[in-house]
Amino acid sequence: MIEITNITKTFMTGEVAFNALGGVSFMIEDGEFVAIMGPSGSGKSTLMHILGALDTPTSGTYLLDGQDVSKLSDDELADIRKNKIGFVFQAFNLLPRTTVLRNAMLPLMYDEGVSRESREERARKALKDAGLDEGHFLHKSNQLSGGQIQRVAIARSLVNNPSLILADEPTGNLDTKTGDIVLATFQRLNQEEGRTIILITHEPDVAEHADRIIHVRDGMIVSDSREHEKRVKHRKIK
Amino acid sequence: MTTIDILEETYFSLTANKVRTALTMLGIVIGISSVIAMVSIGQGAQSSIESNISSMGSDLITVQPGAPRTQGAGVREMRGNAKTLTQADATAIAKELSLVKAVAPEISTRLQVTTKGMNTNTTVDGVTSAYPGVKNLQIDQGSFITDQNTKSFSKVAVIGPTVQTDLFGEGINPIGKTIRIKNIEFKVIGLTKAKGGSGFGNSDDMIFIPLTTAGRYFSGDQYVTTINVQAIDSESMADAQQQVTNLLLARHHITDSTLADFNTMNMADLVSTVSSVTGTFTTLLAAIAGISLIVGGIGIMNMMLTTVTERTKEIGLRKSVGAKKKDISMQFLAEAVMLTFSGGVVGVALGWLIAYGISATGLLQTSISVSSILLAFGVSAGIGIVFGYYPARKAAAMNPIDALRYE
Repeated sequence: MIEITNITKTFMTGEVAFNALGGVSFMIEDGEFVAIMGPSGSGKSTLMHILGALDTPTSGTYLLDGQDVSKLSDDELADIRKNKIGFVFQAFNLLPRTTVLRNAMLPLMYDEGVSRESREERARKALKDAGLDEGHFLHKSNQLSGGQIQRVAIARSLVNNPSLILADEPTGNLDTKTGDIVLATFQRLNQEEGRTIILITHEPDVAEHADRIIHVRDGMIVSDSREHEKRVKHRKIK
Repeated sequence: MTTIDILEETYFSLTANKVRTALTMLGIVIGISSVIAMVSIGQGAQSSIESNISSMGSDLITVQPGAPRTQGAGVREMRGNAKTLTQADATAIAKELSLVKAVAPEISTRLQVTTKGMNTNTTVDGVTSAYPGVKNLQIDQGSFITDQNTKSFSKVAVIGPTVQTDLFGEGINPIGKTIRIKNIEFKVIGLTKAKGGSGFGNSDDMIFIPLTTAGRYFSGDQYVTTINVQAIDSESMADAQQQVTNLLLARHHITDSTLADFNTMNMADLVSTVSSVTGTFTTLLAAIAGISLIVGGIGIMNMMLTTVTERTKEIGLRKSVGAKKKDISMQFLAEAVMLTFSGGVVGVALGWLIAYGISATGLLQTSISVSSILLAFGVSAGIGIVFGYYPARKAAAMNPIDALRYE
């Protein structure tokens, strides 16, 4: 459950202040599949960094599962990422010269609560969940196709059982067909397992795969399809 | 991260580029191996000199003319500088002191010695029959100076193997042959056994003649250059030394012991003097070798910095999945320490081999102590910590967002 209230982010370069986000508010329920869409420079990356606890806002609050994560220290943010967030990046998702299995286990290595024995088990389960064939488990990233790499990244994002999966342009480096397969995987994880997924993208075709689209431009929300739906529903009922 | 995790990560990371790892380790390997080799040479020299001195008799007290010095430096310089000890003093020590077993006075001079066609300049020592017993000297061929020789002022000589080689040729029997010392003819009656060893009154390069003969023909007086006193046993050394001092002070009519015109030195003093000198020498060598360790450490730091920069994206990735600053810095610090420690292990092995090789060639004796090996391990690990600290900190401080974006 995500509650963003009046989030702003200002970057200082020397004397000059740059407002990346100028007061953003929205709510995301558990089990939603949301796309945040906007052109480059719209502030969507900044928003993702804040949602992913990689950065804190200049002002405003971010409640994640009821906990205010907007004013935490570096170490506390790391804990939030470890426990509650799973990332899928556009490129360079995997550690080089390392097997698929070890890559999928990576988040668990930093979790004292998980024993070494159970790590591999959980990683295997997550890899299967992400749709990767077992034959690839001992391959290294240079032996995998782009689509397979993203599957490993998805598995890794699942392995710590996060509250939220953040995918930043996950299909940006893939051809359309492979990209569709990856997006279908996200849909399956959302529908069958009830995973909350936020997809960041600048492509409308990609955003269509989500249930809800939030448009961002110049650091502000321009439209939120859920609000649009609500209005439509309201009109329909009327 | 558990310890095993850290070790695993370090292993994977270092074996990823074996050549680079090996080259970086090289600095530490060279540094540690040279320190080990230097220290083993120094320690070997020390123990061989010590055993050399001990072989001359651990119950030996040396009495020499001249005022006592504080640290017993320059035993050689004192030889024959002053004239305060007499043959009579030596006889008195032997006769009157209960803790003294034997006494061997010496009149020592350096003279030109010739034989048919060959000559050498060597130490000519006037001694008594007690000398071999007191100084642990053995006869190889013939016999030593006898009491009769001493009584009769005989012109007989016992030579060492080096003199034998210089005057007659290696292995040629010198017994019965004639040599001229300062143009006086002496007959060779004995050859001493080789004692070897480094310097310090090396008996191999000496000629022994009767004390009385030396006094009459070479020094021209009754004064002796050294009185060697053998105590009845090692435990009585200190007391015997005191007895000798008291006796000589009385004989020389000196009441204030600080104004003594002679000095006594026992072997233990000598050993500790030599030890401190070789100890300093060893430390100096080790320090010089240690400089290469610092250079090696700087090489490690350099490589770690490069590694950290190369793995910026990886650091960003790790941080994004929940690694804290501490996790990142531990990872890279462990890598540095593993690198230097492995280098230390190889360096110790190599240094040991070098020391062993030097011993085998017979040039010098070497000895490696367990403590110096442990110190080497400790130092190499320490270098990893010191020179790995800065790169590790730099890695930990990286901002995950910037790191992930790094091209």
